[in-house]
Amino acid sequence: MQANPTVQVRDLWMSFPGKRSGEQVHVLERINFEVRQGEFVCIVGPSGCGKSTLLNIIGGFLRGSRGDVMVEGQPVAGPDPRRIFVFQENGVFPWLTVTENIGFGLLKKSEPERAKIVAHYIEMVGLNGFERAYPRELSGGMKQRVEIARALAANPDIIYMDEPFGALDFITRLKMRADLVRIWQSEKKTILFVTHDIEEAVQLSDRVLVMSKRPATIQTIVSIDLPRPRDLDSAGYLETRDRIFSAMGMSLRIGENEKEALPISAQQPV
Amino acid sequence: MTGKLAWTKIALPLGVAALLLLAWDAAVRVSGSDIFPRPHEVLRGIIQLIEQGLLLKYVVASLFRVTWGFTLAVLIGVPFGLFLGWYGWAFQAFNPMIQMLRPISPIAWIPVAILWFKVTDKAPIFLIFLASVFPIAVSAIAAVQNMQPVYLRAARNFGLTQLQLFRRVILPATLPQIITGIRIALGVAWLVVVAAEMIAVNSGLGYLIIDARNAGKRYDLVVAGMVMIGLIGLVLDLLVRQLEKFDEVRWGYANR
Ligand SMILES: Nc1ncnc2c1ncn2[C@@H]1O[C@H](COP(=O)(O)OP(=O)(O)O)[C@@H](O)[C@H]1O
Ligand SMILES: [Mg+2]
Repeated sequence: MQANPTVQVRDLWMSFPGKRSGEQVHVLERINFEVRQGEFVCIVGPSGCGKSTLLNIIGGFLRGSRGDVMVEGQPVAGPDPRRIFVFQENGVFPWLTVTENIGFGLLKKSEPERAKIVAHYIEMVGLNGFERAYPRELSGGMKQRVEIARALAANPDIIYMDEPFGALDFITRLKMRADLVRIWQSEKKTILFVTHDIEEAVQLSDRVLVMSKRPATIQTIVSIDLPRPRDLDSAGYLETRDRIFSAMGMSLRIGENEKEALPISAQQPV
Repeated sequence: MTGKLAWTKIALPLGVAALLLLAWDAAVRVSGSDIFPRPHEVLRGIIQLIEQGLLLKYVVASLFRVTWGFTLAVLIGVPFGLFLGWYGWAFQAFNPMIQMLRPISPIAWIPVAILWFKVTDKAPIFLIFLASVFPIAVSAIAAVQNMQPVYLRAARNFGLTQLQLFRRVILPATLPQIITGIRIALGVAWLVVVAAEMIAVNSGLGYLIIDARNAGKRYDLVVAGMVMIGLIGLVLDLLVRQLEKFDEVRWGYANR
């Protein structure tokens, strides 16, 4: 197995121009991490800490203020069809059917080849029978399946996912996670997955990057060696989950003294 | 259930129309007017126009002008609007001028149109173009500016060329709102053709109305002309509404 990381982020900083001129909003500070090929990595952090910003920089939709982002040994210059983004707001095209959406990135393929690939991924995400449906006829979970299938059909090396299940209900979310892990195991893609949900991160990934509040740094990286399919009642699962909760400075006991529950970054300003 | 609903959908409007006709008839009789026509006199007027072959001739003349003026407005307004919606600098450059020209009623352009085009078909066609190009362009501009950024980002991710981006994303994403603009513009065009024909030419439904009044106070024909204008306007709107039913654009209209 090659040891070269697929994604390398080195000393990445990001700030946005603030409301008043000359003012800067510092969002990311000194971000360093690597993702190996085939790895499933989750990025967790509180809402508004800069997770989407970080993923957008890696995906080539934004440019960092300082530092390097290398993907497959090359500096990221922009979005690339070899790395497909699954968006927080559903990015499925409402004017295309399920089939047309999934085949969207396959323009260069011949018609029969495209049909074969699309049929394969419709099967994989369990949308049989909805081939000719339009997105407005689908539930939120099904739309997210279309977007995941569209990403997979383009045969990328890496899939970036920004809270793809954030808008779904609890049961649908659990089912989508199980399906995503199954797909990841069979397709052997590298997945970089952003979420604010710690449980989701522990259920899905090989490693969890825990981000602090804004300006965000990577606070800890937690490796998860639990076997899949993961048992959500096992001691290992609960212990890992609690470790991340406390790394984010959160108590699991509701009603506890607020002061002790403050995030680490708020207690010790840098 | 649905059968009953469809039945009331036709019966209720017909009932309202019948009531209005009765009220109209009663009002004319009570007032004792011998100039304003009663409904059956208008119907007779319409039949007379049909027999003389005038109705068909005038309807065709009006529709001909609307078709030309309106088609020109779509052909120029849609690309122009998409261009301005996409390029911020173009929007900044042209928008103030558009907003200044837009509130000038097409009627105010009639003297200018006659000066430029004399008493030819070109004058009303020009006026219809002016009246409909602004709603079309403005809706196309807004459609591009309101486009969900996520569609563009997804498209960029899949490595589309500029032309593919336009054909496969920008155009379909903006089509619902452009169709709405087209529908509004067609309504305006039909309003304007009548006004233009009253002054700038000597054929068409607008001319019929003004001519019937000037040559012998034939108010039965005046109202007959008005009724025809209303009916054709209704049909035109129903036709454009069909465009909104296509699967490719239905997503753009809130549960219809
Ligand atoms: N284009 C932008 N301009 C200015 N501020 C921005 C922009 N995008 C994001 N931000 C700010 O950066 C911070 C992080 O945003 P985001 O990355 O979306 O957070 P997260 O995804 O973790 O919830 C937020 O405070 C947000 O207001
Ligand atoms: Mg986000």
